[in-house]
Amino acid sequence: MTTSPRPFWPPLVAGFALGIALLATFLITGHGLGASGFITRLAAQISEWLAPAATAANSYFGPFVKAGAPLASWITWEVIGVLIGAYVGARSAGRSSVQVERGPQTSRGQRFAYAFIGGALVGFGARLARGCTSGIGLSGGATLAVAGFVFLAGFFIAGFVVSMLARRVWQ
Amino acid sequence: MSIPFYDGGIASGLLSGILFGYVLEAAGFGSPRKLTGQFSLKDFAVFKVMFTAVLVTAVGLYLLRLGGVIADNAVFIPTLFFWAIAVGGILIGAGFALGGYCPGTSVVGVASGRVDAVVFVAGMIAGTAVFAYLFDPLTSFYFAAKGPDAQRLPDLLGLPEWLILAVLIVIAMAGFVLGSKLERARGGPFTAKDVCAPDAGTGAEKSVSHTTQAMKA
Repeated sequence: MTTSPRPFWPPLVAGFALGIALLATFLITGHGLGASGFITRLAAQISEWLAPAATAANSYFGPFVKAGAPLASWITWEVIGVLIGAYVGARSAGRSSVQVERGPQTSRGQRFAYAFIGGALVGFGARLARGCTSGIGLSGGATLAVAGFVFLAGFFIAGFVVSMLARRVWQ
Repeated sequence: MSIPFYDGGIASGLLSGILFGYVLEAAGFGSPRKLTGQFSLKDFAVFKVMFTAVLVTAVGLYLLRLGGVIADNAVFIPTLFFWAIAVGGILIGAGFALGGYCPGTSVVGVASGRVDAVVFVAGMIAGTAVFAYLFDPLTSFYFAAKGPDAQRLPDLLGLPEWLILAVLIVIAMAGFVLGSKLERARGGPFTAKDVCAPDAGTGAEKSVSHTTQAMKA
């Protein structure tokens, strides 16, 4: 690779742009941005393909599949939009490359294990919290909802504690 | 025609998503090292970008309400279920520190070519399924310690909204100054060169060749 990637936006600029995008979303849809809602619908759909009867009988997934196609929802189009927006941005700025990003002390296999375990904790946690960093933290926080700030406190405290305990994952 | 439009259509979803994804990627949020740099205090981008966005939107919604453009209860406000939301936040913080992403940023990681982000998404699907199949025993915890419907900080604290916004802006400014000092002292923040070039790999000299091979695979 001979060309170097274009620099990231300064945090203040990116923060203003994200705030404008979030405000526009509130004015268009009446709610904020999200991501984990799509993962829930995708998990319900996969569960239905694998075990239709158990999925229909499940008290959490059941309502998603009884209503028909669980993926037919605004949040699915939004996540497809995120893929498009991020892909176009990364490609046009020379910041796109197929890689396994990891800390210098971490092997590829370890990185995949941490990614899967971390993903599982996040998937479970997002269902418990009724949303993720985007849906409850960012969008909830922006409405000054108490729920948003309780979420953010838990998120940052646990992030610092686990990061201290698992320093070698990234360093 | 009143605002918000409450448009839940395909074009609205794509538009919001494209803006969201483009900005997250430009902020560097496709990189798990940049994201988790927040928790080693080497990179304050997560705090700075999130806090700025929250305040831009919060002030925007406040002014639009003051100006009568939108009604008091025009937008969705989540309700607190203390234990579920606190523990959910803790699990997401823990999973983020270990796995390197949150749900939205993992989509950006996938879109910018990171194979580890694909594994993270698979983990999220598994975690979601585990939750669904444990939902019956978890139900009472899920609904425990419910707060008032759609409660906001001005209701909780009994303070005017402008004052809360002003205090949050001061906290954000202090966080920007302190964060910039801390990240410089630790050799941060991570740049696009550090985390995006294919040969940047793990950022360590000794593993560069190994990573380059991995990339070609």
